[in-house]
Amino acid sequence: MSAPRTVGGSSAEARAAWWLLSPALLAIGLFFAVPLVAALFLSLTDFDLYGIADLGTVRFVGLGNYTDLLADPRFWRAVKNTLVFAILGGPLTIVAALFGAVLVDSKLARWKGFFRTVYYAPVVTTLVAAAVVWRAFLHPTFGPVNRILSAVGIPGVDWLGNPRWATLAIVSLSVWRTFGYCLVIFVAGLQSIPTSLYEAARLEGAGTWRLTMDITLPLLKPTTFFVAVITSVGLFQIFAEPYVITRGGPLEATTSLALMMYEQGFRWWSLGRAAAIAFLLFVLILAASAIQLAIRRLRPEEG
Amino acid sequence: MPGPPSAIAVDAAGPPRRTAPRQRARLAALAVNGLLIFGAVFTLLPLLWMISASLMPAGEALALPLRWLPSRPTLEHYAALFQRLHLGRAFLNSLFLSLAITAVSLFCNAAAGYAFAKLRFKGRDRLFAFLLATLVVPPQVGVLPLFLEIKSLGLVNSRLGVLVAGIATVFGIFLVRQFALSIPDELLDAARVDGASEMRIFVSVVLPILKPILVTLGVFTFLAAWNDFMWPLVVLTDEAKQTLPVALANLSGEHVQDTELMMAGAVITVLPVLLLFFALQKHYVEGILLGSVKE
Repeated sequence: MSAPRTVGGSSAEARAAWWLLSPALLAIGLFFAVPLVAALFLSLTDFDLYGIADLGTVRFVGLGNYTDLLADPRFWRAVKNTLVFAILGGPLTIVAALFGAVLVDSKLARWKGFFRTVYYAPVVTTLVAAAVVWRAFLHPTFGPVNRILSAVGIPGVDWLGNPRWATLAIVSLSVWRTFGYCLVIFVAGLQSIPTSLYEAARLEGAGTWRLTMDITLPLLKPTTFFVAVITSVGLFQIFAEPYVITRGGPLEATTSLALMMYEQGFRWWSLGRAAAIAFLLFVLILAASAIQLAIRRLRPEEG
Repeated sequence: MPGPPSAIAVDAAGPPRRTAPRQRARLAALAVNGLLIFGAVFTLLPLLWMISASLMPAGEALALPLRWLPSRPTLEHYAALFQRLHLGRAFLNSLFLSLAITAVSLFCNAAAGYAFAKLRFKGRDRLFAFLLATLVVPPQVGVLPLFLEIKSLGLVNSRLGVLVAGIATVFGIFLVRQFALSIPDELLDAARVDGASEMRIFVSVVLPILKPILVTLGVFTFLAAWNDFMWPLVVLTDEAKQTLPVALANLSGEHVQDTELMMAGAVITVLPVLLLFFALQKHYVEGILLGSVKE
C-alpha cells in the first residue's frame, strides 16, 4: 500500500470520524452529560415546585439536602430496604442462574435450546406487566401461590400486607425476571472452560464434586464477578417492581431509594432533595461494586 | 458462595459401585432433565396463568376453588380494553415510540461505533474510555435535570421528549465497536484507493458488514424502549400519549379488583416483545454475550 499512514490517520479520515460521531456525541452530551452535571448542582439547591414556576426562588443550600437526608430515618429505611433487596436478590439470582446453567450445559440435557429460551423469556417481559401478574398471583386469599401452598399443607402468608413477605414478593419477581440473563452468561462461561481440563482430572480419579469445586467454580470466577456486579447494580436501582406491586408499602417497607427519589422528585417536586438521593444512590452503587472488586482481588488463586 | 451441587454430581454421588453404568447414566439423565422441566414449569407458570386468567369470565381467576383454565374462554376483557379503556391507543403509542427510538439510535450508534473502531483521529481512545466510564452512572441520576431540560425545550408531554433520552447509548456504541473491530483495514483502504469518500465507505461498505450486529442491537433497543417505564411515566402526562406500560400501571391502580381484565392488559403488553424475542432470539443472545465480553 502506497499511502503513508500517520498515527492520526489522514485528515479526511479524522474529519469523517467527527462527522460520524457528532450525532451520538451531541445527544449523549446534551441529554446525558449535561443533566448529570446539572444534577450535582441541583442537589445543592432547594429547587421545588416554586422553582419550576420561577427560577428566581431557587436558593443555594450547600450540602443541606445531604445533611437533611442523612438525618432522616425515612432515608435510612430506604437505604436498608435497597440493601435488603440487593443482599437477598443477588445471591438468589446467581445461585439459580448457575444451577440452571450447569443443567442446561450438561451433556445429559435434552432440548437445550428450548430450555434456554424458556428461562430467558422472563427477561424480555415488560416489568410492569410482570408486576401486575405478580400482584394477582400472590393475592393472600385467592392467589394461586397461597392456594398451592395450602394444598401441600403450608399456611399461606399475606404476601403484600406483611412488610417482610412483601420484600420477598418483590425479590422473587426480580429473581424470576433476571436469572435467565445471568444463566446465558454462565453457560457461555462454562463453555469456555476447556474440556481437556476435565478429562485430565478424571484420569486422575477426580469425581464430579471435585471437578465442580476445583475446576468449574474457580474458572467461572470472572463470569461470576461480572454477573454479581450487573445483578447488584440492577437491584440497587429497583423501581418499577415496588412501584406497581406495593407502592412502597406496607409501612414503607419496600420503598427503595429509586422509588423514594421518584416520589420526592416527581410527586412532591422536591427536585433538589431528589437529586441528592440520586447521588447518594450512585455512591452506594459505586461502593458496592468496589467491595465486590476488593473481594475478588483478595482471593489469591485468582491470578 | 458454595456452588450448588451440579446435576452431573448425581452420576458420581456414591463411590464407584458395581451397578451397571448404563443404568446410572440413565438415572442421571432423568435427574438433569427432570430438574430442567421443573425449572421450566416454575418459570412459565406466571406467564401461562396470565394468559389463562385473561380468558376467564370476570371473577373467575381469583375465586374458590382455584381454576387453572377458564370455564368458558372469553375475549370480553380484550374487547373492553381496546374499546373502552383505549389500550389500543397506548399500544400504537408504544409501537411508534419504540420503532422511532430504534431507528434513530441504530443510525447514531452505528456511525459512532464504526468511527471508534476503524477511523483514526486524535484522542479517540481517551474519548472512548471516557464514554465507557459513564456506564457506571445509574440513569436515575440525570433524570431530574433532564426533565427540567425537556421542560425548558417545551418537550414535556411530547413523544420527542421521550425520544431524546434514547437517541444514542454508550452500550450501543460499545456493541457496534466490538463488532466493527473485525472489519479488515485492507477493505477500507482498498475503497479509499478507489476514490470512495469516507461517508460513501461507511454507507456502502461498512453498513452492510455491520448488518448482523445492527439486527441484534435493534432487537435490544426495541425491547428496552418498549419495556421502559420511568421516563415515559414522567414525560407523558397526557393520557392520550401514554405508552402501554404506563397505561397498564395506571389501569392496575384503578382496576385492582378486575384481575381478568388486568391479565388481559398484561398479555397485550408482553406478547409483542415475547414474540419478537422468540423470532429473533439467536441475534439477541449473541448480543448479550458480545456485550459481556471481559476486556
